[in-house]
Order: sequence, then C-alpha cells, then structure tokens
Amino acid sequence: MTIKAQSAKLIADIKAMATEPFKLMEVCGSHTVAIAKSGIRELLPPNIRLVSGPGCPVCVTDNSDIDRFLSLAQQPGLIIATFGDMIRVPGTVTNLQNIRAGGADVRVVYSTLDALEIARQNPEKQVVFLGIGFETTIPTVAVSVEIAARENLSNYSVLAMHKLVPPVLEVLVMDPELGIDAFINPGHVCSVLGTEPFEFIAKQYGKPSVIAGFEPLDILQTIWMLLKQRTEGRSEVEIEYTRVVKTAGNPKAREYMDKYFTVVDARWRGIGVIPQSGLKLRPEYSQFDAEAKFTLPQPVETNIPGCQCGDILKGRLLPPDCALFGKACTPLQPIGPCMVSSEGSCAAFYRYRGRSYNA
Amino acid sequence: MLEDRIIMAHGSGGRLSHQLIRDVFQQAFANEWLGQMNDATVLPKEPGQLAVTTDSFVISPIFFAGGDIGKLAVCGTVNDLAVSGAIPKYLTTGFIIEEGFPVAELLQIANSMAAAASAAGVCLVAGDTKVVERGGADKVFINTTGIGFIPTKRKLSPERIKPGDKIIISGTMGDHGIAIVSQREGLEFSSPVVSDCATLNQFIDSFILPGVKCMRDPTRGGLATTLNELAGQAGVAMVIEEELVPVSPAVKGACDMLGLDPLYLANEGKVIVIVNPRDEAAVLDRMHGHPLGKDARTIGEVLSDESGLVLTETVLGVRRILGMLEGEHLPRIC
Repeated sequence: MTIKAQSAKLIADIKAMATEPFKLMEVCGSHTVAIAKSGIRELLPPNIRLVSGPGCPVCVTDNSDIDRFLSLAQQPGLIIATFGDMIRVPGTVTNLQNIRAGGADVRVVYSTLDALEIARQNPEKQVVFLGIGFETTIPTVAVSVEIAARENLSNYSVLAMHKLVPPVLEVLVMDPELGIDAFINPGHVCSVLGTEPFEFIAKQYGKPSVIAGFEPLDILQTIWMLLKQRTEGRSEVEIEYTRVVKTAGNPKAREYMDKYFTVVDARWRGIGVIPQSGLKLRPEYSQFDAEAKFTLPQPVETNIPGCQCGDILKGRLLPPDCALFGKACTPLQPIGPCMVSSEGSCAAFYRYRGRSYNA
Repeated sequence: MLEDRIIMAHGSGGRLSHQLIRDVFQQAFANEWLGQMNDATVLPKEPGQLAVTTDSFVISPIFFAGGDIGKLAVCGTVNDLAVSGAIPKYLTTGFIIEEGFPVAELLQIANSMAAAASAAGVCLVAGDTKVVERGGADKVFINTTGIGFIPTKRKLSPERIKPGDKIIISGTMGDHGIAIVSQREGLEFSSPVVSDCATLNQFIDSFILPGVKCMRDPTRGGLATTLNELAGQAGVAMVIEEELVPVSPAVKGACDMLGLDPLYLANEGKVIVIVNPRDEAAVLDRMHGHPLGKDARTIGEVLSDESGLVLTETVLGVRRILGMLEGEHLPRIC
C-alpha cells in the first residue's frame, strides 16, 4: 500500500473516532516540523487540534542564558564551539554571528567530538562548548567530558544549559488553562529515558500519551492510538516508535548522564524557573564546567517586547497568532528563537504558511 | 599604465576613459564587431525573428563560489534569450563603477565575462562605462542586453501549455541562492555550496524537441515564483510533488539552518521545461546526456483547471498552494 493509501485509511479511522474535541500536544520540535511539512493538520477533522510544545532546545533557552554566553564569547583567548542553530539566536542586543564578525572565535560543530578536536589543536586557548539540548544530546556531552578527563584536556569545558523533558511536561499537563487532552511524546528523548519517566501523565493526570516516530505515518498512527485510548477509557504510555524506543530506554546513556551531571532548577524561556528541570556538571568535574571556570555575568531577566515565544512554547498560541510573525520576525531576521531554530514552531509554520488549499 | 583604482576621471570620456576601455574591456572582449569603434556597432541580419532582453546585476558579494558578477551578467542575459528559444548572438554591457574600485578586480570581472561569452558562443559588441563617486554605488553594477535570433518554425510560449503537459526541472534547486547567502552571512559548511551560474544555450539546443512548449529559468523568486508566472500567463493550474524537486544535501542543510525554502531560492543555471508528455522521455534522456542536466527530472504536471494556481502535493497527498514569493526574500542576489 502506498503512503497516501495508508494515510487515507488512518485518516478515515481517525475521523470515525473523533466524536468530541481532542487537543493534542506534540512535544518535540521534530514532530512540529514533520506535521507542518506533510500537511497533517489539513487532513485532520476540525475537532482534533494539534498544538506545539516546548521541544526545541534552542527555543527554550532563556534570554538570560543567551546573554551570558554572548558575554562569554567576547572574552579574549576563548573559542566558542556550538551547534549551528545557536549562531543566529538573538540575545538582548546581539548574537553570536555579530560577535564573530567583530573578531570573536565562534565555531560551528556537528558533535562534541569536533569541539574536543578544536581543544586539542588549540592548547593555548580555552574551548567552551555550548551545552544546549535535551536527554537526546546530553549523553554525548557527558562522553566528551569523560574523554577530556581521560586526555587531561584542561582547555575544554561545557557551559551546561541542558534541560529535561519530563519536568516541563508536568508543568504543561497541570495547566488547566492549556487543557491538553493527550500527548505525542518525543521519540528520541524516550529512546534514552524509556517509558517510566512519562508514566505520571497517565497515572497522576489520567491522560493518554504515545511515544511517536517522525515519519508522517508514525504521527497519524500515534493520533489514532491516542484516540483509541480515549475511546476505550484507557490512559497509558504506549510506544508507536517501536523500531527505536524500548520500554527500558537506553540505561547506558542514562548512566553517563548521571555520572557527569546533577539535576538543578532551570529557567525556561517564557515559562520561568522549573524545579529540577536542568542539568549542571557535578562538582567533581568542575574543571570542565565553564560556569566554574570563567566569570559570567549574573543572569538578568529580560524580555523581547512583543515576542510571544513563551506562549507558543506552551501551546497557548499558534505562531500565526503572534503579531510579529512573518512581519517583524522572519527566519532571516528573527526576533525570537522559535523563528531561528529549524525545529522551532514559528520557523516550521513560516515555511509552510498560507498554503491551505481545499480541492 | 593604468591606475590601481578607478578614479572619477575614468568616467570622464577623456584620456583615462579611453585607456580603461582599451586596457580592460577591449583586451578582454576583443572581436571583429567591437573593433568597429563607432558610436554604434553595425551587425548583420540573420533569418528568424529578433529576440532582445536586458538585465542589470547588482549582486553582493561580487565574487562568490562558482562565479562573479561578470560571469553572472553574461549567464543571466544569455539564459533569458535561450529559454525564449532564441540562439543568443550578441551582448552589450554597461558598467557603473564606484570610485576607488580596484582596477585589478575590474579586469578580473571583464575577463570572466569574456570567458563566459566565449563558452556560450556570443560576442560582446558594445559597451559603456560610468564612474560614480564613492558611496554613489556599491563597488560595481553591470547591465547586459542580449540579442538573439529565433529559428523560423520554433515557437515557445505559455499559450501552448495544455493540461497533461509535464513539468521538468533540469537540476538541483537553490544552489545560487545558498552560495550567495552563506557567503554573505559568513556561514561555513563542511562542503561549501557553489553557485550553479552557467550559460544554458548549448544545453537547451541539445534537448529542444517539437514537444517543448515553453521554458523559463527560475532565477529570482525561484521555482515557485517562476511556475506561478507561467501558470498565470497560461491560465492553467499546475501541481508539483515537492519531494521530487532535486535539492542537494548541502543546500537542504543550509535551508534548514536558515529557515529558507529551496523552492523560493534563486538559480542561475537551471531551466524549467514544459513539455508534451509525448516528448517527455526523449527530452529527459537528452538532458541527462549533458552535464547541466544530469539531475533533470519530471516534478509535476499541468492540470485541467484554469485557476492559475500552483499546487504542491505532500507525501500524504495534501495539496497546498505554492504562492509567489512575498516581500523581499534575499536582496541583491543577482
């Protein structure tokens, strides 16, 4: 059966089951992009609403953290190594791209191993890796610290701004104003964490959730599974993405995270401080902790006037609801990070905007 | 002996102007027509209808991966003639140069124009040079006008487009746009994107069968905008399958990073061909036999619907409107 035929069958089943309004949140930015690109919203019956969640690591990085690493990047004798998405993210007054144009050494890397290599080749300079990301990328950062420790790379450190998915989900599931009925859980994060950290969605809050893959058919199948749970009066954590996600997750990856990182409170853009939702390096590895190694300005809370990334990250607004969307804020001149990151919901909506067509 | 940099006197029409024309432009473009040195160049008539086009080039940066403003100024105008079905023969060029511009760079640009013209089999037969004060222009702007002849019996026009016709694209989309924007934004990619800037006339000659009804080069505004122009003029709707549009992995990666859509990015060496399905396979086969067409493929077709809309179909079969480019996407891309 072709993808089109399979999707038509799933859509028919979904329509038959969608007897009442059902509000779903796709937590992960990659899901947001896949939904926008494939046009899933246009296929769903109107009483099924998909809202985007806080699953874009760049987008949830607070403005105060961005300002702090921008300040760090301007210190002499320092190389900033970062994933490409961060280069154009605006802070209060500037971004890494402008700082680099002004002479700072900012390098785009594709993995922490690239950052280690830069440290090896520049022993006279300090290399700081910007640690952005969820449980999917954190284990690779832990591995980089292990390698740096083994090689005595005293010029490598991590500015840890890592975030954990389950705590922010709990904030969202508890928010009555949002009224999310069910969750499309992030497949890659769950491949590390397994199902256990997501059980509370069903057990404490009585809401269905399904761990989804990233192909359009995965997402349709997931929506069908969520509707089926509702129809049958069940609330469970189910796995649709069985080809990748195991119930136990990846214990080895979690061991690495636990060995090098400790859980701390973290500030999320537009959401605020969520207790026990971030990771910092453990004190015994402070020589690899940029925060311990360098003088950083105290975080200052700033808001970008008009930017509604916070409400968009919480699923309260869709990107076109923001007055700046597509006008003052576009991918080439982004005002908020949701428009910068390829996983940001504003960027995804912008790219596929205005294309609805009823044949 | 030339100065190192362009000064106002180079545009005065006096001694320095003559020296500049002789040492830069005439040495680069040398041909029998230019050698007439009259106020107007006199050219022979050829059979068929005359085709004329003009374009100005203000690209920034003027030197980029895969070309420079000179090569682009030749390719852009030659291609506009070629996609109209004309055999390009002659070009004229006008330069507006900012005071202080390095003469060595001007020479490089002129040589690059000459090389592109020679490769395309066209002659630069007339020219003009003006100099403006510093800040009055950014480095150098170039205008080219092209003259060609359309062989008798050849008629390409949007009016010939009919439902069922196939839409073929000659290669990957977005290379020129990404090459320029990545250089401008100071982005480094592990495999740098090179502009596809190339003259298309000989390539087009290789596949222009009677079933070819209309051609366009998807420059500014990209594939999406060009298809909208065609659909509007022809009074038909078109549908393309987005997944079928060839995009190189490097361009795709850059687009993801910059939030750009390859369907709206400029190309400078690609052609859209609307062809009768009868000749589709033969045209594709010939395109594949030329280096500029190795990635050619059919991406969609003309619908029996007079809306003038261009639609895309996603992998799930969702049809959406692929609108024209809105607003300023990437300024000074050509």
